[in-house]
Amino acid sequence: MTASTVVNDFTLSVATVNGSGSASSNTILAKTIFRMGVPVAPKNLFPSNIAGLPTWYLVRVTERGWKCASGRRDFTVAFNETTIDQDIRLVPPGGVLVVDEDIRKAEQVGRSDITVYAVPMGSIAKPFGPDPRLRKLLANMVYVGVVAELLGLDLEVLRQAVHDQFAGKEKVVKLNLDVVMAGIEHARAHLDASRCPFRVQRRNLTGGQILIEGNQAAALGALMGGATFCAWYPITPSSSLCEAFIDYAREHRTDQATGVARFAQVQAEDELASIGLVIGAGWAGARAFTATAGPGISLMAELTGFAYYAEVPAVIVDVQRVGPSTGMPTRNQQSDIRCCQRLSHGDTEHIVLLPAGPEELYELMQQALDLAERYQTPVFLMSELDMGMNIWMSQPLRYPERPLDRGKVLDKEGLKAAAEFARYKDVDGDGIPYRTLPGTHHPKAPYFTRGSGHTESAGYTEDAQEYRVVLDRLKRKIDGSTRDTPRPVIEGEGEIGLIHFGSSAFAVEEAREILSAKGLRTRSCRVRALPLHDEVMDFVRACKVVYVVEQNRDGQLADSVRLRAPELATRVRSILEYGGLPMTAQPILDVLSVGKREPVHV
Amino acid sequence: MSETTAQTNHVGLKKDDYGGAKTTLCVGCGHDQITRWIIQAAYESGVDPYNVAKTSGIGCSSKTPAYFIGRGFGINSCHGRMPSVATGASLANRNLVVIGVSGDGDTASIGMGQFVHAVRRNTDMVYIVENNGVYGLTKGQFSATSDKGAHVKSGETNAFADIDLCNLALNLGCGFVARSFSGDGKQMVALIRAAIAHRGFALIDAISPCVTFNNLPDSSKGFQWLREHDVALHELGFVAPYDAPQVEQQPGVPLSVDMPDGSHIVLRRLGDNEHDPTDFKAAENILARDRRTPGRIETGLLYYKPATLNPPLEDIAHLGDTPLALLGAEELRPSRGAFEGILAAHH
Repeated sequence: MTASTVVNDFTLSVATVNGSGSASSNTILAKTIFRMGVPVAPKNLFPSNIAGLPTWYLVRVTERGWKCASGRRDFTVAFNETTIDQDIRLVPPGGVLVVDEDIRKAEQVGRSDITVYAVPMGSIAKPFGPDPRLRKLLANMVYVGVVAELLGLDLEVLRQAVHDQFAGKEKVVKLNLDVVMAGIEHARAHLDASRCPFRVQRRNLTGGQILIEGNQAAALGALMGGATFCAWYPITPSSSLCEAFIDYAREHRTDQATGVARFAQVQAEDELASIGLVIGAGWAGARAFTATAGPGISLMAELTGFAYYAEVPAVIVDVQRVGPSTGMPTRNQQSDIRCCQRLSHGDTEHIVLLPAGPEELYELMQQALDLAERYQTPVFLMSELDMGMNIWMSQPLRYPERPLDRGKVLDKEGLKAAAEFARYKDVDGDGIPYRTLPGTHHPKAPYFTRGSGHTESAGYTEDAQEYRVVLDRLKRKIDGSTRDTPRPVIEGEGEIGLIHFGSSAFAVEEAREILSAKGLRTRSCRVRALPLHDEVMDFVRACKVVYVVEQNRDGQLADSVRLRAPELATRVRSILEYGGLPMTAQPILDVLSVGKREPVHV
Repeated sequence: MSETTAQTNHVGLKKDDYGGAKTTLCVGCGHDQITRWIIQAAYESGVDPYNVAKTSGIGCSSKTPAYFIGRGFGINSCHGRMPSVATGASLANRNLVVIGVSGDGDTASIGMGQFVHAVRRNTDMVYIVENNGVYGLTKGQFSATSDKGAHVKSGETNAFADIDLCNLALNLGCGFVARSFSGDGKQMVALIRAAIAHRGFALIDAISPCVTFNNLPDSSKGFQWLREHDVALHELGFVAPYDAPQVEQQPGVPLSVDMPDGSHIVLRRLGDNEHDPTDFKAAENILARDRRTPGRIETGLLYYKPATLNPPLEDIAHLGDTPLALLGAEELRPSRGAFEGILAAHH
């Protein structure tokens, strides 16, 4: 280590080919650093492909605990022949390149401004794996050893991470550990670690926290939130959410003695069916959800409108990816919020929840199930590929203390006490009617659910007035949902405001701190639900100029803000990033400090 | 079962208790006949009306759930989407008697994908297709079950072969495949009762003439044609354990198919026909024969395979006695210890 060594502040990048088995290696590295008490933010940039296309795994290491991407590749492990030139180019001056010698010899790298380590990965792995396929997998473990040695990772912590990664498979654990050790020994013998400008040093900055994928956190929210029904159609990046729910439910909702399940799941034939299954289950009283991505949302449009108008609970998780159409299925965007809020034909508006990070995915998934039953309507939980499929550092998730909110359901006893039951009548003045569940044994209970014109007592109608009464009440109902939906998180001071949501929040957080250090104080309003709360408008009013930071081309949230307060529209501007890569602080800094795009002088 | 001697069924309900709203379909519509048979069958079988979930899509047929079992719960969903909605409801509350009513457009065109997959999953439901070979509500377009060469009133001729839903269901492994005619009340009632008793997907493809758009004399889905060409495979009866003993009125020993719940489907030979509905090959042969002979329609129970040999979705899903809809938080939320165990893997 020298005086110029950078401790705990760099981004590690591993360039490999997808399907080559590097996921385990990368997880082991990220977990080891995390368990050394140093915060990590891993981002997997993977292609829409099973094997053979380039993949980069980035681990941002910072003591400050930034969770957004850095946009840098300070320490690169180059393992992919097809991207080697690009990977060499992207290492910033002063950075490190560990290259597989079979791909590029050290003297052929051609960068005098970076530290280059060439390692014969394949040769080191060879003695451990006679089979070429296995050898390829094991070569990934060689770089784990090399990187561990160069960064000074704790060997015991690393060993434990390898154990956990292959838990229960002792032979596999031993083989992988042997290869990791071979990598370490090679580095000790042949590489000068003192030339490496980056080191990881133990800290105590991750105590009590967990590492979890957003999709797992949302699935756990569904489990703890009492979801009993899941219908889904495989689509990236949402499949692993449903699969995680099914795994949790199989373990925790199945009577081990009898095999009786306290949940049901259907892998549907398409998203038309998955939303139909959810609506049927919700109508009959199950707490039902589906998870999908943009293309699936499009297919769900008709039935979602039906559920809005017929007032059937449903939770739809949209793990957003780049659109339109197939777009870039494995890249990140926040471009479905407009579509989801208005999904379907006719005058339709849905409750939309906007979590940021795994903790909120877990909490708001539970709340979505409550809100869907409370408001008897579809509720969208907007996740993103970045949040859903990457591992995130998170405060430990809390055991839910609140009872499940099953909403205004009249059972047999309730009906006996009620003077009358009219399915679509506003009894309490909050726009939310009472409902009964099929199978309720009382003469007042039955009603007929239809998407066509209906009266307050669920009768068929084509009468203008009767139709309007129902439609206007629906508007009041959804508008009133801001009573119960999560309020915006507002902080800071100054004349410049930043409105944001979802994964953009982490970039905004970092940008605000950098700006503050330069003397520019900003306010922040993190929106967590649609329809927008009045506080958001108050926030705009309190600022001279407001930037809505979002990951889509059209400024979808900015439009919603302008529509809600047209008199303030001119002070609402956009900072947009929609290339599909994980959001960084840079686009915000570009606008607010460097002035590359749109200078601001307050 | 004789309603003439009893005012109430074995659960103490009158036939009126199974009635619904007044129909708004055309006078003489086959669908209204089927509505009547559903009411009759539910009454005779003593179905608990509060447990009935009536599901449908869009079309004339899909309107009919409003016209029967008003004490049941109905959901008139979107075009072609009833199978998924019905499957969701059936899993949410396995005590429900799910009755789906669809049409040839709703099932054989826009809803074909969902129909096929509901059969494949073996959703526990009665699925009645009120099949008239024409789009009624949109005024007379051909449907996917219209015969090739069929005419409609406008004079247009259908260029495409029809889809045989029974053949399709049979080949998809459906455990209860029947074809019937809305005008044959005795057969329809027996089939609906048997379909309700069957655990799993029960298809009744009921030819149900459209008096307004497809009742021409040469239409194979018109009343005149069916009266002249409908060949019943058997005289069909349904006997449940609670039914009054039947008085034998006709000679001959009927074929009796036992159902796992103790009911029997009684099939009495008619003319030269002798069909054993547990014989898959025989069912295939009948459908192939009808296909070769345009206009020939054979009705009755084509194929039956009990749930014991063909488990319904709720069994595959290992559902317990308490419906999912009625489980409380204590049965749904894992304990604190279990929760901490889940999180432990993430430290």
